[in-house]
Amino acid sequence: MNLKTLSFKGGTHPPHNKGTTENLKVVQSKQPDTVAIPMVQHIGAPCEPIVQKGDQVEVGQKIGEAKGFVSVPVHSSVSGEVIAIEPRLTSGGSAITCVVIKNDMKDTVYEGIVPTAGIDKLSSEEIINIIKEAGLAGMGGAAFPAHVKLSIPPGKTVDTVILNGSECEPYLTADHRLLVERPEDVVDGLIIFMKALNVKKGFIGIENNKPDALEAVYNIVKGKEGIEVVALKTKYPQGAEKQLINACIDREVPSGGLPADAGVVVNNVGTAAAAAEAIKRGMPLIKRIVTITGKGVKNPQNLLVRIGTSFRDVIEECGGFVGTPGKVIAGGPMMGIAQYSIDIPVIKGTSGILVLTEEEAKLPESSNCIRCGKCIEVCPINLMPVNISNYALEDRFEQAESCNALDCIECGACSFICPAKRPLVDSIRVAKREILAKRKKAQSK
Amino acid sequence: MSSMIFRVSSSPHIRSNESTQRIMLDVIIALIPALLAAIYFFGVKVLTVVLISVVFAVATEYAMQKILNRPITINDLSAVVTGLLLAYNVPPTAPWWMVAIGSIFAIAIVKHCFGGLGHNFMNPALAARAVLLASWPVRMSSAAFVSPGVNAVTAATPLSLFKAGAGCGNRIVITSATVATSDTLTSLWDLFIGNIGGCIGETSALALLIGGLYLIYRGVISYRIPLTYIGTVGILSYILGGFHVYCFTFHMLAGGLFLGAIFMATDYSSSPLTAKGQIIMGLGAGLLTVLIRFFGAYPEGVSYSILLMNVATPLIDRFTIPRKFGEVKKSA
Repeated sequence: MNLKTLSFKGGTHPPHNKGTTENLKVVQSKQPDTVAIPMVQHIGAPCEPIVQKGDQVEVGQKIGEAKGFVSVPVHSSVSGEVIAIEPRLTSGGSAITCVVIKNDMKDTVYEGIVPTAGIDKLSSEEIINIIKEAGLAGMGGAAFPAHVKLSIPPGKTVDTVILNGSECEPYLTADHRLLVERPEDVVDGLIIFMKALNVKKGFIGIENNKPDALEAVYNIVKGKEGIEVVALKTKYPQGAEKQLINACIDREVPSGGLPADAGVVVNNVGTAAAAAEAIKRGMPLIKRIVTITGKGVKNPQNLLVRIGTSFRDVIEECGGFVGTPGKVIAGGPMMGIAQYSIDIPVIKGTSGILVLTEEEAKLPESSNCIRCGKCIEVCPINLMPVNISNYALEDRFEQAESCNALDCIECGACSFICPAKRPLVDSIRVAKREILAKRKKAQSK
Repeated sequence: MSSMIFRVSSSPHIRSNESTQRIMLDVIIALIPALLAAIYFFGVKVLTVVLISVVFAVATEYAMQKILNRPITINDLSAVVTGLLLAYNVPPTAPWWMVAIGSIFAIAIVKHCFGGLGHNFMNPALAARAVLLASWPVRMSSAAFVSPGVNAVTAATPLSLFKAGAGCGNRIVITSATVATSDTLTSLWDLFIGNIGGCIGETSALALLIGGLYLIYRGVISYRIPLTYIGTVGILSYILGGFHVYCFTFHMLAGGLFLGAIFMATDYSSSPLTAKGQIIMGLGAGLLTVLIRFFGAYPEGVSYSILLMNVATPLIDRFTIPRKFGEVKKSA
């Protein structure tokens, strides 16, 4: 196996911190007593609950129906009784209607869960429909409905599918373990996506700090026509969609556009494995691999967790906290969201639960910008973060907009590298929100 | 586990080890070889000048921050760097009060009157040098320079010799072999190691180069400004000096070019932010330096060139905004 290493311009090198969990096999998590399954776990319209309090549900049974095209249904991850349908806090920070199910621990599988006719016998439309009905939303974090990505609007042509296995977020090893332990499912998922889109070219991009994952996938892909494994340079944010496309096939997604505008569809390797699961075994997305890690957790692990299990249950299964934890993050340390409660459910996009110690969670004091220009050097979009941030901090959002604030992908490389510890991406986020709010206001007038 | 309070903040949740203090410390480390060379060639007395300059710089920073009611940040070491650089830019014979005035001017006026660290529009040490040069021209120029060694006597710098007509341009072809024995022309080797008259920290190109390579290795500065600056001076001097290799080398090594190109023109606050801008800075400063050296009234043009490019920096920054990723070319 001799692969050349590809990458993009810019980027930075945060310490990986993956050593704790990268060699730990994925373990099936304990059955939780209850699960709270949110009706929105994706980008798009919320689902409507189709069960009622007191109903008996089974594993894989649909409990929330998608409303609208950009939406995916949700399914029960346990068998048991619906004990409540009520708003609950979620990792996004807002309260969302959740179906709360008391687990009967019997793990009865819903009768509708049967294998499909198989990839060779299914048409493109049928595949897309199965993927939608299986509740597939991007599992890399953003949770965009998978079937929407696969439905290319007229006028656009897609010739390539790229699977994202770069996992550039420090600490996280969920995708890594998936690639090592279930490479066939990942490759099958890619073939499913390629068939759904009727394209001939597929790539799987993996950062070169995971040689075992590269090898596992390479061995499966060998001899399969049109599919290529790409070793990517280990650099943050290698897994950002636009940077991944740029590294793999040297195309640029136009500013403000989607990957489809560059002729590409990108999906996370986890989403691909879930697609394989849906087509091969008929099982919708009800479990996912979550890396529970950080110095604040007693026994870091990669767990296969049922959607709706609370962070509290998962952390307890990993031996609980070490001392007083400082920060609990849903996702990785670069783009994850800090949580103020651990009574929130694991959802389709929860790739990791990272617990930082009090010491690690201390916020650095920011000082004067010394104009070193490092933020510009690392910005994968070639922006000048220092300028946007300076405008944003003075509420001069129009100037921030003219500095292309809206192109920012919020990867946080600028804030990470800043020697003066300036709140760069924080203030750019504020600017983006203000600019979009103003645009919306102007449109509604 | 029930009543725990978690810290909540915007991502990223981890930060690099980079810090302002570490960067300044790297600059100080990079300036040490030049200090050692100065002590070797001019004697231990230069330490007094350096010490006075640094102490006054730090004290002024502290006083200004107290007066302006700003947080005291003398621990970031940036005032130490300014103090060192100013000392490197005065002759070894500079009186203590002159150095002190320079330090106070650099920190109080150029740095803090414009907003403190990162906001000065000129390199503070260079601006102070310009003030000293204008106020005490005799103490700052030829008469003040001494030749290296124990019997330090007043001596002209190689550049003032060049100005007086001993330059390479109006000489017959000189090879480096004959140069070493020539009375009027300076040995390139002496120029390179710093065995010549000049300001405290500017003479040894070798020592400055070691410091510069360290800074590039540490990622504190990029090679762009030093390389384009020194390169432009070399090439233009080669052309204007009548295509003599001696002239090419002489002008790169003489005067304050290495000190200016590596340590002054790369000052973050007063140099362009982008790669393209930094190249423009280097080219522009190089061009101005050569123009002043060959056609101006002063023998040396490094400090004024850098100061001029400093004030052009906001303009350069405005015109060198990088092409954003995925920018669609506007079809005509």
